[in-house]
Amino acid sequence: MSLNVAAPRISWRHATVIEVVPETPRTRTLVLDVPEWPGHRAGQHVDVRLTAEDGYQAERSYSIASPPEEPRLSLTVERLKDGEVSPYLSDELRSGDKLELRGPIGGYFVWDISLSGPLLLVGGGSGIVPLMAMLRHRNAALAAANMERHLMPARLLYSSRGWDEVIYRDELARLADSDRTLEVRHTLTRDQPAGWTGFRRRIDRAMLEEISWPPSEQPRVFVCGPTPLVEAVAQSLVELGHQPALIKTERFGPTGGSV
Amino acid sequence: MKRASSTSAEAGATGERFADALRVDGNAAAGILSELFVSDLTAARAKCAGCGVTRTIGALMVYAHGMGTVVRCPGCDRVVLRISRTPTHVWLDATGATSIVISRDAN
Amino acid sequence: MSLISRGFRGRRQSAETAGRLPPGQYETRDFPVLSAGPTPRTALTAWNFTLQGADGRLARWTWDEFVALPRQTTTTDIHCVTKWSKFGTMWEGISVDTLLAEAAKHGIEPSPYVLARCDGGYTTNLPLADVTGGKAWIAFSYDGAPLPPEHGGPARLLVPHLYFWKSAKWVRELRLMESDAPGFWESLGYHNYGDPWREQRYAGDE
Repeated sequence: MSLNVAAPRISWRHATVIEVVPETPRTRTLVLDVPEWPGHRAGQHVDVRLTAEDGYQAERSYSIASPPEEPRLSLTVERLKDGEVSPYLSDELRSGDKLELRGPIGGYFVWDISLSGPLLLVGGGSGIVPLMAMLRHRNAALAAANMERHLMPARLLYSSRGWDEVIYRDELARLADSDRTLEVRHTLTRDQPAGWTGFRRRIDRAMLEEISWPPSEQPRVFVCGPTPLVEAVAQSLVELGHQPALIKTERFGPTGGSV
Repeated sequence: MKRASSTSAEAGATGERFADALRVDGNAAAGILSELFVSDLTAARAKCAGCGVTRTIGALMVYAHGMGTVVRCPGCDRVVLRISRTPTHVWLDATGATSIVISRDAN
Repeated sequence: MSLISRGFRGRRQSAETAGRLPPGQYETRDFPVLSAGPTPRTALTAWNFTLQGADGRLARWTWDEFVALPRQTTTTDIHCVTKWSKFGTMWEGISVDTLLAEAAKHGIEPSPYVLARCDGGYTTNLPLADVTGGKAWIAFSYDGAPLPPEHGGPARLLVPHLYFWKSAKWVRELRLMESDAPGFWESLGYHNYGDPWREQRYAGDE
């Protein structure tokens, strides 16, 4: 039996660029107004399609950075050196331009406060984007629901090459400072500022063991970033005794897409 | 069990009328089918056709990528559900589940 | 009609890449991993490869026997239905033509269709014509090194002229068949044949 079930199509929409916000030297956040946006869950992504005057098209996927609580959609884009789409989005796009996108897409790599238990987020580079959507959602939703935050503590382990390249650096510090149930730990793998006392190496099993709750606490884990990082982290977590069913991964290739 | 064929025309005619009363087209199932496809099936429970163990779908192992989603039994690894999405349709193969049970409260 | 993106010109393909990309594809330098299950890990001592005729006759090779067969290298472009293409991938393996010739010595005769069967349960179907004449291999080496498990090692089917879901990972058997039978994705909405140059991604595409 193969059931052929028609599902509502995710159609292309014309979003308006409200603002292009620099985050780090290589990343920008696009703040968009999307007509009749159906809402989304933290962790989902959109497909963006660019069309040149001669009809040539290029399509890429970008994780949604904004939480569902925000009326405007934000995408954070890392400009890839040989990229075809990301340099256009970072450098060319400006306020008032239209951008064609479709979504939200993805039912697997998603989190919301209805999912109980400790939350462990592990990210590398631009892999932070969907994780940031989750943290922003957690912050907004817990406040609105007046829920006890300590019932779902969260920890983020975030790997970047250097302090200048940490996306959302200041916002993460503010979130952690104002919320005792959120812990943010960075590892800087290439350059560290003077006086840096944090991690200064690639994420490895020992680091994960130090950061994470023990497997008996059954944290939900979301890992996002370049494929080698994601594979290594997932493998280490399983070796540490975490159940594979509680570890969700999203790998970014050099295209910045989610597959 | 093979039923003995009857050569009686009267018995045959009665049998056909009875069968026609039962046979309706798929639209009649629409109502009950709409109860199946609730917004979140992950709370439903599925019995694995491989090992016979029933688990909440959310507890099954999901392998998702750009081609589709494969949901496997954590006990015996057999595929319980297969889902793919084309530009125009969603495909669901549930032959790996002997049965799926959805709480009516979920609606 | 799509929106025209102001100021977008796209990467104008060089003469080198022009014509190399099938419609709807973009080039990647990465090699994405798409898996429908846990990565099978079969020890080489337990691994064997089977070619089965439609009448049930078998030809079977252990790993050592398999890699002793005359091998070929090929450098080719590969195209995934999820839209990425990778140029110039290097493979080494045994041509399916070689396997069929060896199997013929065991009395196995050709049939019009083939079903590839794999560790983990994956299957894919192809016409015999698409795995013969130098079009397909059982590959055990990628980029000069043993094929890693996440990319289908110890050995995978390689049929580069079709979408890459036909290049079944962890292949263990080619089963010859008199009639076509859709495999894993072919029975779930994907195209039965899968020619990237005609963009045959989904059932009904032509």
